Amino acid sequence: MNHLPLIIKREYLTKVRNKSFILMTFLTPFIIIGLFLFVGYLANVNNDTVRTIYVLDETDFLSESFKTNEQTIYNHLSEIDLETAKILANQEKAYGLLHIPNIPLESVSSAIRFYSVESPSLPFISSLESKIENKLSELKLQNEGVDLALIESSKTNVEINQESFEGVKTSKVGSVIKLIFGGAAGYLLFMFIIIYGNMIMRSVIEEKTSRIIEVIISSVKPIQLMLGKIIGTSLAGITQVATWIVLGAILLFATSAIFGVDLSQSPQQDMVNEALSNPESTDNIQMIANEFSRLPIGNLIVAFILFFIGGYLLYSSLYAAIGAAVDNETDTQQFMIPVLVPLILAIYVGIFTVIEDPHGTISTVFSFIPFTSPVVMLMRIPFGVPIWQQIVSLLILIMSFVVTVWFAAKIYRIGILMHGKKPTYKELYKWLKY
Amino acid sequence: MSNLLETKEVSKYFGDFQALDAVSIQVPKHSIFGLLGPNGAGKTTLIRIINQITMPDTGSVFLDGEPLQSHHVQYIGYLPEERGLYKSMKVGEQALYLAQLKGLSYSEAKKRLKYWFDKLEIGHWWDKKVEELSKGMAQKIQFVVTVLHQPKLLIFDEPFSGFDPINANLIKDEILQLRDEGATVIFSTHRMESVEELCDHIALIHESKKILDGKLNDIKRDYKTNSFEVGLLTDNKRALKQIIKSKFKVAPADFKSLHDDLKLNISLGSDGTSNDLLTFLTSQAQVLHFKELIPNASDIFIQTIQNNKS
Repeated sequence: MNHLPLIIKREYLTKVRNKSFILMTFLTPFIIIGLFLFVGYLANVNNDTVRTIYVLDETDFLSESFKTNEQTIYNHLSEIDLETAKILANQEKAYGLLHIPNIPLESVSSAIRFYSVESPSLPFISSLESKIENKLSELKLQNEGVDLALIESSKTNVEINQESFEGVKTSKVGSVIKLIFGGAAGYLLFMFIIIYGNMIMRSVIEEKTSRIIEVIISSVKPIQLMLGKIIGTSLAGITQVATWIVLGAILLFATSAIFGVDLSQSPQQDMVNEALSNPESTDNIQMIANEFSRLPIGNLIVAFILFFIGGYLLYSSLYAAIGAAVDNETDTQQFMIPVLVPLILAIYVGIFTVIEDPHGTISTVFSFIPFTSPVVMLMRIPFGVPIWQQIVSLLILIMSFVVTVWFAAKIYRIGILMHGKKPTYKELYKWLKY
Repeated sequence: MSNLLETKEVSKYFGDFQALDAVSIQVPKHSIFGLLGPNGAGKTTLIRIINQITMPDTGSVFLDGEPLQSHHVQYIGYLPEERGLYKSMKVGEQALYLAQLKGLSYSEAKKRLKYWFDKLEIGHWWDKKVEELSKGMAQKIQFVVTVLHQPKLLIFDEPFSGFDPINANLIKDEILQLRDEGATVIFSTHRMESVEELCDHIALIHESKKILDGKLNDIKRDYKTNSFEVGLLTDNKRALKQIIKSKFKVAPADFKSLHDDLKLNISLGSDGTSNDLLTFLTSQAQVLHFKELIPNASDIFIQTIQNNKS
């Protein structure tokens, strides 16, 4: 008798009807969007503070570098000495006092001083420094008799256009888009395995502690129960993630409609607006659109589905076996490490080596090793991986999936009937031979 | 075929440990078969093999003459000793799920569940979660789920644990009724008085081996010592005791009676019948009490285990 659909249905319904599951499903998008809004709000508040800076420039040639803008007001002082200026700045509760002494240009760079009550923020000091550096360099060049217009016109911005031998054009922007795509796919798989793998493990432990397991497996084969559990939980997981995406999209739309004015004032938005008003940037947008159209979308979707399922099943059967081996969740720690290490390794290899060189030896090798291949391969595919490599990697994954499920089912079959003491690795090995 | 279930030379190892050593049992149809043995003897392993939860290393199991196959699970109802239900699932839903796993259709399962829930007067539990029920209540549900698919073979491992005496009796009557309706029952317990009450056949497993089996009455006949418990009314108890002592092996006995009589256990040995003894006793005193000493299941259990101690 095939009870698999029945088991899947029960597992699915139990999960999605669970109160905390429902709560998490509907609350998470709100929390995340709320967090974004909050951070955005905080950034705005931070940007709103206006700093008043007193500038005592005894040389006079730097004054024009400090122009009052939205966030900083520069008060230029003149004809008072440093001590008076300090007292004045302090009295007026200014953010600080910048003092440029009247000494020759060659040595002034190390004599400039900033006085303040609290130590000033690092970005602020950096911006002051770069303003002064630029001005001093210009002045020095001018003193050497170089024309300023010449300096201006000599500034060049280089953008290397990339093209493959087959004539496919790409660019740095394209690489970034590919990284985002691959990274998102790999990371999604990673999170999915951790969240729903744990859920499977807990549900196995629950069956053990409630002692229903022996009743169930007198009706169905343990492997059927295990697979039913994995599939049912995964479907619940897919439902949850899908709800998150839909709800998140709606919320994002709604918040940008309601708080639209607020959001557009954020500095990021300013940058985007600036870029948009820049005539060159229409080319950029065109380029981004082109890059998207050049991504191997079909390959990406098919590979994502296959590697996602393969990788997820591989790991979730291990989670099920761990759940079967122990009596309660605290005992799982010892067995979790061997599962988590390859998973984390995959993410690190993915992030560091794939960015460096998507087709280098390390990323290629790790995209074949079954426990890291789903994540690493998903990250590599946007950069274009030969189909034969994908197929070989997938075949290795499927083979190791079959072997792993066989192992897991053995441990599961014995483990679910074992109660009491936490087993050692040696005992798990013995179970394989029962 | 008069046996519903037969195991032939079933052995099972867990690593180096031998859990079962060539165990053969025959469970006759429509009988209540007591599977007895001390803790850790291998009873649960044997039951799990019959339920195809574990596979035997050697030997074979036959159900109704056929070698055990996976579809046979629908003919077996098993109430394990380690039992429980999904705590956060509703009673009705859960019972339906378990019944469907045993091969019943949804509508059939629902119909039968309604019958059983009405019979045991637990209909109002249908929408409760299991965690809201007491242990005894959960056990009742568990019992219903075990028998719902009308299995030919019922296996109960310590069925009465967790029940109060009233409910235990209720379940006992249900078991007897199921037997009368044609089911065969394997019954594993440490409570010897329920073995005495229910079982027709028993098998005793000790240290992985079957050391005794057969009809309970036959076994009792084998174990009886040709001894009798008597109560005699006499003026001189000491003198009478001396007289009897000179002819038979006697031991003091203890039972309740209305008179101050001489109470003795008299053993006849291999020769001699109850009539001979009775004739002799009536010639000496007034016989108030005369009863053959029949070993009970508990005596047989303890004696057999002790005889087999190596």
